[in-house]
Amino acid sequence: MQTFLSSLPGPIAQGIIWGIMAMGVYITFRILDIADLTVDGTMGTGGVTLVVLVAGGMNVGLAMLIAFLAGCAAGLVTGIFHTKFGIPAILAGILTQLILYSVNLRITGQRSNVPLSVDKYALMLSLRNLSRAILVSALFAAAIIAIMYWFFGTELGHSLRATGCNQNMARANGINTDNNKMIGLVLSNGLVALSGALLAQYQGFADINMGRGAIVIGLAAVIIGEVLLGKVFKNFALKLLAAVFGGIIYYIVITLVLQMGLNANDLKMLSALVVAVFLGIPYWQKKLRERKSNKEVRGDA
Amino acid sequence: MLKVSGVYKTFNKGTVNEKKALNGIDLELKAGDFVTIIGGNGAGKSTLLNSICGVFPVDRGSIVIDGNDVTSLPEHKRAKYLGRVFQDPMMGTAADMWIEENMSLAFRRGQRRGLKWAITNKERAMYREMLSQLGLGLEDRLSSKVGLLSGGQRQALTLLMAVMRQPKLLLLDEHTAALDPKTAATVLELSEKFINENKLTAMMITHNMNDAIIHGNRLIMMNEGRVIYDVSGQEKKELTVDDLLKKFADLSGAALDNDRMLLSK
Repeated sequence: MQTFLSSLPGPIAQGIIWGIMAMGVYITFRILDIADLTVDGTMGTGGVTLVVLVAGGMNVGLAMLIAFLAGCAAGLVTGIFHTKFGIPAILAGILTQLILYSVNLRITGQRSNVPLSVDKYALMLSLRNLSRAILVSALFAAAIIAIMYWFFGTELGHSLRATGCNQNMARANGINTDNNKMIGLVLSNGLVALSGALLAQYQGFADINMGRGAIVIGLAAVIIGEVLLGKVFKNFALKLLAAVFGGIIYYIVITLVLQMGLNANDLKMLSALVVAVFLGIPYWQKKLRERKSNKEVRGDA
Repeated sequence: MLKVSGVYKTFNKGTVNEKKALNGIDLELKAGDFVTIIGGNGAGKSTLLNSICGVFPVDRGSIVIDGNDVTSLPEHKRAKYLGRVFQDPMMGTAADMWIEENMSLAFRRGQRRGLKWAITNKERAMYREMLSQLGLGLEDRLSSKVGLLSGGQRQALTLLMAVMRQPKLLLLDEHTAALDPKTAATVLELSEKFINENKLTAMMITHNMNDAIIHGNRLIMMNEGRVIYDVSGQEKKELTVDDLLKKFADLSGAALDNDRMLLSK
């Protein structure tokens, strides 16, 4: 228990960073009703872009901005595949993800792993100083929640929500649903890349595979947040906050099961199964309700 | 106000499921016309309305709304001319959004959507006032999710959203068909009221021949993608349901095959 408590700050910092990624996933998965798999590639793009730029002497803040924009560009590619090529969203994301694998290797100069030492560069955060890492990532998360709260309260933001909720209604009210899906994918992937840029600083390196399975972790964070806090957190800003908490809880649980002796390589399987179960719960609940009401009808007859 | 000229639309061309939905249809509406549309299954009534809205492109012909050729415009760009209420009450509103949010979306139909707040306080007061006209008590529920409303309430809200920007053309596609008789009557009454008060040009598909006769100043009957009967003025007022059935048999050479229409005769 003692070791578990003393190991908490690490998962909290990591959880917040992944929570930022989860807010990106929230835009596509919850607001636009699209499962976007681009993010598995974008996470790495954000990481390697930042590392390469900072190692090349660029200011960290500027490098993060460029990482964010690189993510936006990736989202735009998926958006174009989806809306202009008519490719189903999931497949469009997978295609971009594959493109990004090559792109990320180009960025690193064909290296699969690029280091970034906190001793040599003025990074914003690092796992060497966990309290600072938590503070910095929390500030980023707070700023992103504030900006998203504002954006989704604007005319354009509302039209994005309508696009995800009911496309017929959106188009009947003059909303360009294709453009809106692209805007959503761009913002979402921008956030994911930003999260990747933070993660690369935190761990002191970027890896070509750092985004593998990212979508699952993002979904896990969103779903854990909803299941645990959905009843209390109704406001949009609080729902985003729930995704961040979801990320933190996810990493705390992971740390716990690792300390209990789980093989680290089995982690991804465990995460995927947990997400599958939580996605299944609302479906099963609906089935149960239908069966119950069906029984009642037959009972009356 | 509306001019549909020689419009053809065939679905699934070249397959066994080929369906000629519109067959060179011509139709012209004057400003203020309120046209009711009847016809059998597959007569092309909904296809006509959907073609006007741009849900799909037409194969041939042109569609002009208030002097603007919209034939090649995408659906969202035509929306500024149109108000639409669908048959399915779920289709015209965004279920996860609030009443006021839905209204603000409709209020910006045809406007640029930028980074201004989506709803102002002044608008809220206006929405409340508009909702009170429905007489359904929705004016006190501005921040209720639309998904919590009944089908009739959602349809009345959709109707309000369709007319709030004074569309050039209001399109009602069997918009009371999915409602219980009492609610259907309320929504129909509201439609009539909004159309009269705002002097709207409107088209209403209905399977209820009585409604088709009572409402509007003009009635058209469609069959196999064309208008086969077009009547207005005094002659329309004096029609009876039996007249219409007979007319249909004479003009199409077959009995009317719209099951729901016959049931609600």
